[in-house]
Amino acid sequence: MHLHKYEKIWLVFGIGSLALFLAVLGVAAFAFGHQPPSHMTTVDSQNLSEDPLFSEPGLTQINESTYRATLIAQAFGYNPNKIEVPVGSTVIFEVTSADVVHSFTIPGTNVNFMVTPGHVNMAEHTFNEPGEYLVICNEYCGTGHHYMQMRIEVISQ
Amino acid sequence: MRQSNVVIDYKYDNEPDISVDPRDGKLGMVHIHVAFVAFIIGVFGGLLQGLARGGMIQLPTWLGYYQILTAHGVLLALVFTTFIIYGFFFAGMSKTHGTFSSRLRKTGWVGFYIMLVGTLIATVLILLNEASVLYTFYVPLQGHWLFYAALALVIVGSWISAVALLTHYFKWKKANPDKPTPLFGFMTTATLILWMVAGLGVAATVLVQILPWALGLTSEVNVLLSRTLFWYFGHPLVYFWIMPAYMVWYLVVPKVIGGRLFSSSLARLAFVLFLLFSIPVGFHHQLMESGVTEFWKYVQTILTFVVVVPSLLTAFSIFATFEQTAREKGGKGVIGWIKTLPWGDVRFFAPFMGMIVFIPAGAGGIINASFQLNSVVHNTLWVVGHFHLTVGTTVLLTFFGMAYWLIPVLTGRRFTKHANRCGIVQTWLWVIGMFLMSGAMHILGLFGAPRRTAYATYGDHPQALQWFEGIFASHVTVAIGGVILTAAGVLMFYNFIHLAFLAPKGHTEFPMTPDPVDTPNTPAYLENWKLWIGIAVVLILFAYTIPIYEMIVNAPPGSPPFNFLIK
Repeated sequence: MHLHKYEKIWLVFGIGSLALFLAVLGVAAFAFGHQPPSHMTTVDSQNLSEDPLFSEPGLTQINESTYRATLIAQAFGYNPNKIEVPVGSTVIFEVTSADVVHSFTIPGTNVNFMVTPGHVNMAEHTFNEPGEYLVICNEYCGTGHHYMQMRIEVISQ
Repeated sequence: MRQSNVVIDYKYDNEPDISVDPRDGKLGMVHIHVAFVAFIIGVFGGLLQGLARGGMIQLPTWLGYYQILTAHGVLLALVFTTFIIYGFFFAGMSKTHGTFSSRLRKTGWVGFYIMLVGTLIATVLILLNEASVLYTFYVPLQGHWLFYAALALVIVGSWISAVALLTHYFKWKKANPDKPTPLFGFMTTATLILWMVAGLGVAATVLVQILPWALGLTSEVNVLLSRTLFWYFGHPLVYFWIMPAYMVWYLVVPKVIGGRLFSSSLARLAFVLFLLFSIPVGFHHQLMESGVTEFWKYVQTILTFVVVVPSLLTAFSIFATFEQTAREKGGKGVIGWIKTLPWGDVRFFAPFMGMIVFIPAGAGGIINASFQLNSVVHNTLWVVGHFHLTVGTTVLLTFFGMAYWLIPVLTGRRFTKHANRCGIVQTWLWVIGMFLMSGAMHILGLFGAPRRTAYATYGDHPQALQWFEGIFASHVTVAIGGVILTAAGVLMFYNFIHLAFLAPKGHTEFPMTPDPVDTPNTPAYLENWKLWIGIAVVLILFAYTIPIYEMIVNAPPGSPPFNFLIK
C-alpha cells in the first residue's frame, strides 16, 4: 500500500498527538491518582436500611478537616437533602441509589458521577469557597427528574 | 499530488451511467419514505423541547417533556438514520453489483416490513406515554414490554436486510474471484458486519435481560450488565451512522466534483479499522460509573483513541481528492484551488459543510473520551451539543446531500435547479441553526447544565439561573437555534416531497466514482473478511471478557422494575 509523503507526515502528527494525549491522561491517572470514579463496593439496593453504610445516611467527621457524606439518591431527591461543612473542608461523598440510575453532580466542580443501584460510587472535593452549593441529578430518572437536587452549605468561619 | 505511479489510461469520465433496476429502486425508496416521515415528526419534537427547556412555552399536560425527548431520539437517531442508510445501501448495491435476485429482493422486503412494524409499535407506545425511557432505555426504569419487543423487531429486521445485502456482495465476490470487490460493496459489507456484531449486545440485553423482566417472568435485572451491553452496541451505532456518510464522501462527492478518489487501499484500510476498533470502546460512555475498574476503562480509552486514526485517513483522502481534482481543472495557489470546487452544487456543498463541522465535532469527541476529564462534561449539555454536530450535522447534512440525487434517481425524476437552490438555503439554515444551538449547548455544558432535563431553575439557585442569563451561553440561544433548525427541517421535508412526488419525470445521474486507479493493486488481505472478523472478535473478547465476568460474578442483588416513575 502506497502512502504519499504528506499523508505520512499527517498520520505521524495525528497519531503522535493521540499518543501524547493518552500519555498525559495515563500519567495523571496512574501516577498522580486522578482516576475516574470507579468504586467497586456493592450493596443491596432494595434493603439499604439494613446496610451498615447506608442505614443512617448523613455526614460524619473523619478528622479536623475531612468529612464523609453518605448519601442515598432516590427519585426525586437525596437523603439527606442538605449537609453543612466549614469552609476548607474536604468531603468524601459515598452515594448509592435506592431505585433507578441517578447522578451526583455539583455543577462548577469536578464532582460528577453516576449512581447505579447496587453500587456505591465515590468522589472527594475540597470546598475552599463559602456558599450554598447546588447538587443535581443529571441522569434521567423519571417525570420529576428536573426537581432532583440537594444543597451543600459551606459556612465561613 | 498523485497517489500512485500506475499509468493512467483509465477514462474515469466515460463510465456508462448504469441506473438502478426499478424493482430495487422501489425497495430503496420505501426506506427513504419512512426515514423522512420519522424525520419531520422528530424535528417538531426537537422544537418543542428547545422552547420548553428555554422556559418560552409550557407543554400541555397531556404531553410530557421526556415523552417528546424519547420520540426525538428514537425517530431521528434510530429510525431516520437506519432507514435512509438501508435505502442508500439497496440502491447503491444494485447499481454497483448488479440487480438483486428476486429471492434476495424479497428478503430485503421482509427485513423492511419487520423494521417498519417495530418502528410503528415503538412510536405508538411513545405517543401513548408508555415508553418515556429515552432512546437509551436504561434499566431499571421500565417502559411497556411491547416497546422493547418493538426495538428487537427493528434490530432483527435490519439483520435480515443485512443478510440480503451481504449475500448480494459475496455472490459478486464469488463470481469474480480474482478481482478486488467494488468499493461500494466493500464499505457496505464492513458497515453491516459492524452493525451485526454490535447488534448482538443490544439484542442480548433486550431479549435475555429486559423483556423477561418487563413481562414479569424474572423479578430482577443486572443494571450494570445491561448498561454495558447497551454501550457495547451504542458506540458502534455511531459508526453505523458515520460509515455510510463516509461512503458518500469517498464514492459520491469525488464524482460530483468531477474527479476521482485518491486511493482504494487507504479507503479500504479505513473501513477495516472502523470494523476492528469501534466496538471494544463502549466503556468511554461509562467512565463515570462504579463497578468497572480504572484499568479496563483506560484500556478502552486507548482503543477509543485508535478509532480516531481511520478518520484521520479519511480526512486526508477526501481533501487530497479535492485538491487533486481542483488542480486538474486549473486551480492554482496554495489554497486558491478551492475556488474551482462546485460551491453551487448542493450534492457537494451539503456534505462539504458536514465535513467542516466534523473538525470541531471530532475534537470534542476526543475530549469526551479523555478518561478522568470526562467528569467535566459527562451528562451535561456539552455532550448533546457534541452529537448534534457529529450525527446531527456531519451525518445528516451528508445524507441530505445524498437525498437530492438519490430520491430522483429512485423515482425517475429530475433533480431540478429549484431543488438545488432550496438545498443550498437548507444547508445554510441548518449550519446557522446548529451553530447557535450546539455552540450554546457546548458552553452551557461547561457551566454544568445537565442534559435530558426539563425546564428547571432549581429553586432559582444562581448556578442554575446563569444557564438562562448568558448572552450566548443560554437556553434561550439553544431555543433560537432550534427554531432555525425547525425551519431548515421543514424545508428539507419539502425538498423530499418535491423530489419524490412533484419534480418533472426525467433522468438523474447516480454519481458514483469509478474505483481508483490503484484498485488492481489492492492487497488481497484487505478483502479477507474472515481475518478481520476474527481480529474484531479477539479485540472484543480482550476488552470485555474480564470486566463482564466480574459484573456477573460480583453482581449485587438485581433491581425490580420501576415503571411508575415515567408516568
